[in-house]
Amino acid sequence: MLLALIPLLPFAGFLVNAFLGRRLSRGVSGAVACAAMLASFAVSGLAVLRMLDAPERVLRETVYTWIASGDLVVEAAFYLDPLASVMILVITGIGSLIHIYSTAYMHEEPPGEFARYFSYLNLFAAFMLVLVLGASFPLMFVGWEGVGLCSYLLIGFWYNRRSANDAGKKAFVVNRVGDFAFILGMLLIFSQFATLDFQAVAAQAATRPVETDWGVLSTAALLLFIGATGKSAQIPLYTWLPDAMEGPTPVSALIHAATMVTAGVYMIGRNAVLFSHAPETLQIVAVIGATTALFAGTIGLVQNDIKRVLAYSTVSQLGYMFLAMGVGAFGAGIFHLYTHAFFKALLFLGSGAVIHALHGEQDLRRMGGLRRELPITYWTFLVGATAIAGIPPLAGFFSKDEILWKTFEGGHTVLWVMGVVTALLTATYMFRLVFLAFHGERREAAQAPDHGHAAGAHHGHLHDAPPAMALALIVLAIGSVVAGFVGVPPVLGGGNAIEHYLEPSFGVHAPAHAAAAAGHGTELALMALSVGVGVLGIGLAWHFFLRAPQAAGRVAESAAPLHRLLLHKYYVDELYDAVIVRPLVALSRGVLWKGVDAGVIDGAVNGAGGIVQIGAAWLRRLQTGSVRVYAASLMLGVVLVLGYYVWRYGQTAAF
Amino acid sequence: MGDITLNHYLVLSAILFSIGTAGVFLRRNLITILLSIEIMLNAVNLTFVAAGRFFAAVDGQVIVFFVMTVAAAEAAVGLALVIALFRHRESLNPEAFTSLKW
Repeated sequence: MLLALIPLLPFAGFLVNAFLGRRLSRGVSGAVACAAMLASFAVSGLAVLRMLDAPERVLRETVYTWIASGDLVVEAAFYLDPLASVMILVITGIGSLIHIYSTAYMHEEPPGEFARYFSYLNLFAAFMLVLVLGASFPLMFVGWEGVGLCSYLLIGFWYNRRSANDAGKKAFVVNRVGDFAFILGMLLIFSQFATLDFQAVAAQAATRPVETDWGVLSTAALLLFIGATGKSAQIPLYTWLPDAMEGPTPVSALIHAATMVTAGVYMIGRNAVLFSHAPETLQIVAVIGATTALFAGTIGLVQNDIKRVLAYSTVSQLGYMFLAMGVGAFGAGIFHLYTHAFFKALLFLGSGAVIHALHGEQDLRRMGGLRRELPITYWTFLVGATAIAGIPPLAGFFSKDEILWKTFEGGHTVLWVMGVVTALLTATYMFRLVFLAFHGERREAAQAPDHGHAAGAHHGHLHDAPPAMALALIVLAIGSVVAGFVGVPPVLGGGNAIEHYLEPSFGVHAPAHAAAAAGHGTELALMALSVGVGVLGIGLAWHFFLRAPQAAGRVAESAAPLHRLLLHKYYVDELYDAVIVRPLVALSRGVLWKGVDAGVIDGAVNGAGGIVQIGAAWLRRLQTGSVRVYAASLMLGVVLVLGYYVWRYGQTAAF
Repeated sequence: MGDITLNHYLVLSAILFSIGTAGVFLRRNLITILLSIEIMLNAVNLTFVAAGRFFAAVDGQVIVFFVMTVAAAEAAVGLALVIALFRHRESLNPEAFTSLKW
């Protein structure tokens, strides 16, 4: 029962807070939720240790047979291998920290709301663990939909705010588009392999030839990938993620940075054999990943909302992961997933600490100079920003460089260039954020008069992160520094332990052309280049946003159309609105509602009722209430029946 | 005038039955209607007895006893109902009691 216990513990926490939460004090419900997560973390650690001892480093646990219908047999089975082990440790470990952080961040909520928040958060963790540990597509899909539900609930947590409700709905609907493709992919796989178990599918896919032309495996993989673009916010389904920042900041850290949005990357890793038999689809994955990385990076450059910058940064980093998956560097993709979970959670929690200190202010233009007043937040945030910018020896450097190197090594030069440009953008927008928020002088209410916040409330001494928040920030900052050392590449004297550790899970070996294609010298040169790009990005940010802030404005003015384009996020939301949403609404309103629903369906129902009503109005006249009329009708009936028989007798009998 | 045959009885019975039926439909007094029903029942009884005699079987008489028992019970219940109805509406006209509909 060890594996089943991992998702069950947070689920138990959810049950307690969901059903008893209104009677519990804030302290108790927070403690229950955190305890559930920490216990799950402990059990995960235990399970991973046991997995390491197991033959072939695999644990499988069948709880019961869930569906048995002809060929379709689905077991409620959990499967732990190195790939899943990385995920569950990230989910429960970082999840625990975010739970602890939340106890302080959400402290102003009334007790009932506080318990509701933690019940959702626990439920999310439970579903996420089911997603990761599920041994088959249907079980993964249960988790997949479950985390989507929790994401919706948590984005719309402050349901009094219309924008939060809209953002929740948007996340749900956009995800539904991807999920539909995911289901189709699942059905196609079942029709091909007559099984939905990951291991069995991989074993059967491995026996097929690699599809050099487009084939059925490519279609199945593409459908699964479309599902991943929804959940993991890639082009074309990424638009929900920036809006999802309406939720509480710890939620953004947990769901929309560290765990849920990486589910798509994990899913590709889980089906590495299938995807590597579909090189055409992998090419699409890589191109979409690189494009998303670059695209989101450029938008992140000009956003003014601290959380939106981070949201676009997340989309961009997820693009990196898909780029890695697409060039067949599954290990590198998961490695980046793992390091990204640390520093992006850290950055989100840091921004949460800033927002908390400023009583809800999220506009970068009204921050500045917070370095002196929020030292813990500043230093931890700086660590996170340096890590994501790819400065050695922090975590982001190793994973990002591994992806870029694998891309270059695989001969995808154009994608590599896009990756490097994205690295430059990443460093720039991240340090723009640091300089705008923490350096310089406070600029509150100096700009952006369009904001309706009570500016006066920001005066006075600001409080740095309270202990629970500081703990999470510091632990994550340490993680952001050291997490990368498990993947030091051979060229720097490391063993790239994490890729060797993960390799058995993918069941595919690195492409043969890899080793010989480029030497160590090239790798070192490229590494130096990407560090240089990171430093250059930081330098650009320093020049434009700290040393000569007016220069940034001048550049923005000289390229005003471009600036406006970026500020409006390439008008993608507007485009979707015009091309998809409005026609759909018009169709639904004009044809489906007014025509089909009101006309055909309501017409049929009302028509049936109307006919009965008219008939009954006519028939009810028979029911006069007069005994004599009833007796007369009885008499008439008897006469008719008897008369019939007499008439028949007269026909047959001869008189 | 010859012997009285079965047909005479059947014709008499039919006449009685018609008189009873006409009474049920034409009279406007509940008690008279009940009496008319009794006439109809007795017309049927006459048929039974005559047929029993004709076929030399006792079945006809047995059934008549049953009918008479039921008719007695029916008269008791019917009269009780009539009294109850009269108390309700101060009338014995069946057209006064037409509210039992839809």
